[in-house]
Amino acid sequence: MAGRTRIPFPYHSYNTRKKGACGVLRLVVRRLLQLIPTLLGLSVLLFIWLNRLPGGPASAILGERATEAEVARINRALGLDQPLYVQYGRFLKRIFELDLGTSTQTGQPVWDEFVLRFPATVELSVAAMLIAVAVGIPLGYLAARKRGGWLDVASVSGSLVGICIPVFFLALILKGVFAVNLGLFPSYGRMDTGLDATSVTGFAVLDGVLTGEFDASWDAIMHLVLPALALSSIPLAVIVRMTRASVLEVLGEDYIRTAESKGLERKTVRGRHILRNALLPVVTTIGLLTGSLLSGAVLTESVFSFGGIGSFIRTAIDARDYPVLVGFIMFIATVYVLINLLVDLAYSVIDPRVRVH
Amino acid sequence: MSLATTKTSKIDRLAELTAKTETSSGASLWREAFRRLRSSKMAIIGAVVIAVFVVVAIVGPWFAPHTPTAQTWRGEVFPNQGKFIGARGENWFGLDHLGRDMFSRMLVGARQTLLVGVVSMLIGLILGALVGALSGAAATLGGRAGRRLDDAIMRVTDLMLALPSLLLAVSVAAVMGQSLTTVMIAVGVVQIPIFARLLRGSMLAQGGKDYVLAARSLGIRKRRIVLTQIMPNSLSPVIVQATLSLATAIIEAAALSYLGLGNPDPAVPEWGVMLSQAQRFFDNAPMMSMYPAVAIIVTALGFTLLGEAMREALDPKLRG
Amino acid sequence: MPLLNVDELTVTFGGRGRKDVKAVNGVSFSVDEGQVVGLVGESGCGKSVTSLALMGLLPRKGVTLGGRADFDGSDLLSMSPRKMRDLRGSKLAMIFQDPLSSLNPVVPIGVQVTEILQRHRGMKGEAARKEAAHLLDRVGIPDPDRRLTEYPHQLSGGMRQRALIAMAVACAPRLLIADEPTTALDVTIQAQILELLKELVDQEGTALLMITHDLGVVAGLCDQVNVLYAGKVVESSGRRELFAHPTHPYTHGLLGSIPRLDAPRGEPLNPIRGSINDQIAWAEGCAFAPRCDRYEMGCLTGTPELTEPREAGHEARCVNPVLATTEVPA
Repeated sequence: MAGRTRIPFPYHSYNTRKKGACGVLRLVVRRLLQLIPTLLGLSVLLFIWLNRLPGGPASAILGERATEAEVARINRALGLDQPLYVQYGRFLKRIFELDLGTSTQTGQPVWDEFVLRFPATVELSVAAMLIAVAVGIPLGYLAARKRGGWLDVASVSGSLVGICIPVFFLALILKGVFAVNLGLFPSYGRMDTGLDATSVTGFAVLDGVLTGEFDASWDAIMHLVLPALALSSIPLAVIVRMTRASVLEVLGEDYIRTAESKGLERKTVRGRHILRNALLPVVTTIGLLTGSLLSGAVLTESVFSFGGIGSFIRTAIDARDYPVLVGFIMFIATVYVLINLLVDLAYSVIDPRVRVH
Repeated sequence: MSLATTKTSKIDRLAELTAKTETSSGASLWREAFRRLRSSKMAIIGAVVIAVFVVVAIVGPWFAPHTPTAQTWRGEVFPNQGKFIGARGENWFGLDHLGRDMFSRMLVGARQTLLVGVVSMLIGLILGALVGALSGAAATLGGRAGRRLDDAIMRVTDLMLALPSLLLAVSVAAVMGQSLTTVMIAVGVVQIPIFARLLRGSMLAQGGKDYVLAARSLGIRKRRIVLTQIMPNSLSPVIVQATLSLATAIIEAAALSYLGLGNPDPAVPEWGVMLSQAQRFFDNAPMMSMYPAVAIIVTALGFTLLGEAMREALDPKLRG
Repeated sequence: MPLLNVDELTVTFGGRGRKDVKAVNGVSFSVDEGQVVGLVGESGCGKSVTSLALMGLLPRKGVTLGGRADFDGSDLLSMSPRKMRDLRGSKLAMIFQDPLSSLNPVVPIGVQVTEILQRHRGMKGEAARKEAAHLLDRVGIPDPDRRLTEYPHQLSGGMRQRALIAMAVACAPRLLIADEPTTALDVTIQAQILELLKELVDQEGTALLMITHDLGVVAGLCDQVNVLYAGKVVESSGRRELFAHPTHPYTHGLLGSIPRLDAPRGEPLNPIRGSINDQIAWAEGCAFAPRCDRYEMGCLTGTPELTEPREAGHEARCVNPVLATTEVPA
């Protein structure tokens, strides 16, 4: 031990860090491998679904008003005279090539439509999640610290009510009150049509900052406020309750008593000892909320005509635009699995006990 | 031969005894939980709301002052010009966009809403519990093959959880066409993986307890252990979830209606459908949306309150 | 003047419509500079609550404190939370029972040691790290540089308790309170930990308040012993005197109920009847009366006073104390 390298302050000796990185890498690879059967299973389900649709894939592609001649042409073109496994093979191949077919609404490739609209939905979801986290965690913490106080009662009942309000109705109310009646915020779209903002990444707020068109950024933020608030209602309610329960549990732990017995500053006890432990389950919850967030985005976007994937799906449902729906389901499932992979990774970084196994 | 039979009967007797103590302690656990439930404000409010809702759903239609589907006042409402009729002596909740009596529609609609909630919850509960019980039993007592089966089942439920519930519902609706049954199946299917995971998780937790080991060491058959020991002790979170999912089902059904996938039958009023129709006129006649919306929220809140109170009452950790 | 002088400490739990419970019911004792004092009793007698009250670690809501606890010239019970925070960890430190649950699972040992140096000794960076390594080395943790980077679950039970001791002695406190520091450990490790505590106390002149139910620990470590029953001190004396002449029937029973290797085979143990739940309120009489073999009517006429029935400096709270030497357990 004499020739041991001196260890720098944050106490990550080189060997543990290496071990950690290796474990994380193995976790990533394992989870990515697990993704394959999940997506394959999903593609089989979707294939069966497409074949079960009234009228079959032909009308799925052409829409319900297709003529018989068109259906026959499509059937030939799709090779529907061939055995099912060949058809499935083709279906799978096209998915791998990101060829999700053509939208019957716009006539454009589904993938292109997604790429065009995805940034808006990401922007909205991230904004909603930011609100939920930024408000939910402090509120949950304070509620737990002052258990039984007015803030606790208010936030617990508020979150119960929040879960019970249909997202689209909340969106409607927010729009009706703050946009239509009070005129504080715009009531639809992502940006005022009058503004001629340059698009770089497709993320309106970010674009404004990148190009220096801060008025465009500001306008985009104003357009985001109401839909993001509506969309954040359920994640917010869940995060408040989760944080509260988790903090309450941690407060009863012996190590908090130890930290207090050391006379540490309040903020050290709060950050390092209470929150670092209490937020672990909250992180997992945030990952699991992605699914409901995307469902909510479909509803919120359609109330505010937000122009993201959500609004697009809403019209796709009306128009029975099946290629878009199939593509979206594949897409969403992948995003969901990937986000939960990220959450697991984050978890393994924050919780040393996971790293060992 | 006779020796063998006495031996097995002895073991059976022991098993009976253990089973009996298990259920009797289980009963007292439930009684204790019920006692705590009765003293919970949340539970009482929830139960009252649910009771009112159920009573309205059952007897409401007979008390409706007008025919809910008759467009009696068609000539007084002009949606295109933004002219609506609000609450008045004859029509307590005003008229809808087709000149029908809102109050009568609300009363009759409660039954449909309750039906959607209960049936879809049952679909989720029954199928989910079957899947979960199979998975849980396989994982706890099925050895290596069982664990593999459990793994496969859980992979499938993961897949279902990965799908946003609305899209799952859209898919079901697309195949089956649009009807009340579709709505119930769609909302129910979404609940299956939730119930399955819950029951499995709780069975796994129970399966590791000492009393299961004790039962096994007495030589009780595995199937019997699962049915008489593990299952009864694993059910409480499922019951809580069933209550909570009644709330989810009602909200989810409303969302489906909003997306145009609700019950297309105009003859039968339903809160979700009423809300989705009324919201188009929200700017001119907000109250028309408010009645069904508030009814949905309050009902969902009732089930949520009762469910949460039950969860607290059944969880010894949260006592005190 | 003693370092710590606890005078008629009472701790009452109550509020929210529930019946008040007096967990500590007028406890008085003192600890001199550098002295090792034992607080002995079975679980539920109020010994842990006493220590938490002294440390100011009881929740403020629903707890009422009474009496005084003068430490180094000021009353711990009426001190402002801010002052108390400055005192804890520096002049007044504590070690807890279960070393695993008492350490934060997601923070490296190193940070948990240095944070106290940073807080009370203003040490930072490399200096703090060096001091932390030195502290771990002093409490007998081998390879301290590596241990600093590790997490509690990577350490053995004895190591964890050593790490906790390192944190407690980091600022050379005047008084160290140890609440059952060895209960959760293996017997071999227990002896090592006790040895370590003794060593630290001797070297630094730190006073130690040892809270335990284990009379073996008391016999090996303490200068002065206070026996607690139902939230009151029932006997107080020097160690030798207490073991030689247990005067209160409860102490007598405690010593008598220890199994002995030299007892003849088949000899039944001598447990104290009942449990601590079988008690009467001190205001009515002696709380131990329902379990006592020497119980007489005189025991039920109000709280017995602390007297010195045998010799000066040996106090017992009993109407009918054990005095005859023949009654001392073999």
